[in-house]
Amino acid sequence: MLNLKNIYSFYINGFKNMTIGKTLWKLILIKLLVIFLFLNYFVHDKSLKTEYKTYDEKVDFVYKNLTKDN
Amino acid sequence: MEEHLVDWSRAQFALTAMYHWIFVPLTLGLGFIVAIMESIYVKTNDEFWKKTTKFWMGLFAINFAIGVATGIIMEFEFGTNWANYSWFVGDIFGAPLAVEGILAFFMESTFFAVMFFGWDKVSKGFHLLSTWLVAVGSNLSALWILVANGWMQYPVGMTFNPDTVRNEMNNFWDVLFSPVAVSKFLHTIASGYVLASLFVIGISAWYLLKKRDILFAKRSIVIGATFGLITSLFLILSGDESAHQVALKQPMKLAAIEGLYEGTTDAGIVAMGILNPKKTISNDEESFLLEVTAPYALSLLGYHDIHAFVPGIKDLVYGNEEMGIISTQEKMQKGKLAVQALEDYKEAKKTKDEVQLIQSKSILDENMKYFGYGHIKKAEDVVPPVVISFYSFHLMVALGSWFTLLFAMVLFFATKRDILNYPLLLKSALWSIPLGYIASEAGWVVAEVGRQPWAIQDLMPVGIAATKIASTNVMISFFIFATLFTVLLIAEVKIMTKQIGLGPESKEH
Repeated sequence: MLNLKNIYSFYINGFKNMTIGKTLWKLILIKLLVIFLFLNYFVHDKSLKTEYKTYDEKVDFVYKNLTKDN
Repeated sequence: MEEHLVDWSRAQFALTAMYHWIFVPLTLGLGFIVAIMESIYVKTNDEFWKKTTKFWMGLFAINFAIGVATGIIMEFEFGTNWANYSWFVGDIFGAPLAVEGILAFFMESTFFAVMFFGWDKVSKGFHLLSTWLVAVGSNLSALWILVANGWMQYPVGMTFNPDTVRNEMNNFWDVLFSPVAVSKFLHTIASGYVLASLFVIGISAWYLLKKRDILFAKRSIVIGATFGLITSLFLILSGDESAHQVALKQPMKLAAIEGLYEGTTDAGIVAMGILNPKKTISNDEESFLLEVTAPYALSLLGYHDIHAFVPGIKDLVYGNEEMGIISTQEKMQKGKLAVQALEDYKEAKKTKDEVQLIQSKSILDENMKYFGYGHIKKAEDVVPPVVISFYSFHLMVALGSWFTLLFAMVLFFATKRDILNYPLLLKSALWSIPLGYIASEAGWVVAEVGRQPWAIQDLMPVGIAATKIASTNVMISFFIFATLFTVLLIAEVKIMTKQIGLGPESKEH
């Protein structure tokens, strides 16, 4: 329990005492928001997982693409 | 597949990968330089080294923070733009990337916090260990990505399953210790070490030119130049092994990066040259307008034998019976047999025709290694863009040679003379920082453009790997990424230059 408390205060104090780190964390958070909310849901919103429900449908889609020129 | 779409998908991936690579190599190398500095601090107990370590650690953190997660966008692109490819590679990519994720998360994030928050809170020894583990952890993360890339250049350790149309890993160790993956990993991390060394000597040179923080800069420049000289020699050795592997596994890439159209024994390497723009595979024009060649060097580099035959682009496209090289046309026929066998297999499965099932599986297995050629329209399509490959390779080698010389000169003048009296050398060191990035990116251009048209060597051309989506969507996302990454790059440069301007005495870390 004491160890957990120590670890918690280690991180909290670390974050509190940051100078340049605060700017970097803001930048990281903005970037993650852009990547995971905007890009993931609006730009890269389609994939095999979203377009085809079953495993067989996915296999069939790729199979057709791999043999279409023949 | 619409060529326009494939080109935009290619451009988008290239843009993302190249921007991502701006941030990665500095992390790979600077981690070790910081760890070396901290080791000196722990050994000498001299506060000067603590301050020095903290300064470079701050720059490491800026680069790490801005670069972190930029690689995730490539994973999104795999899903959306390269769905066929993602499915086809199966668990070959999944396994190394999962290991990478776990390592990156547990090793880097845990010890990263100790490295930054742990000064005076944990013992010196544990802090030093954490710094070393962050350096090792970031390099191990790179290992798994490069193993995956190595597999695309030289697919091994897997079997194609026609039922699932996926490649399934049957030997993890073959994938991990593939000679292409090993040489790629060593050469790539070495390039990161060299770039980080250039960064350290360049910034130290700036302080010396400004005549400020002189002791700090002089000591940093010695560490940077020593690390740089050692690792640039390793870069040359690993580059030699990479070229040897390319000669064995991707001879077309070697021919393209050397502009070699006609194969020859006792092949010389073009030390510098200007390609003839009129030269194509189908004419007899001279390959070069101007060339300076080192005799026998290409045979030696590629095959470790000065008399070895090095196949040219024409030998690889049209075949060379004497040398036992089969033509691309023949490979295309085998590839078409493989593609047809996959169709027949599926049909036999549907109709439950056991005889047909066994027959088509046998034909597929026999010709699977040429599967990708089944999608090639004409033999000449297997030639990568020679101009880009040739100039990128020669630029990379020329800059790499310059860096080795620069490290040697800087180390000599920093230890044997007063380097402050050599402003031209200091300016050269400073201006070599961007050159390091150019060389590093050129290396990836050689690796990736040189293997076109393949997404997976011989198994899947890029046109088949791409997903059919609206090309306008890809174009729009290309510009979104270009904007996002440019903003990140500007942020990095601004924050970093501010921090450098504050100097090692600043409390802002």
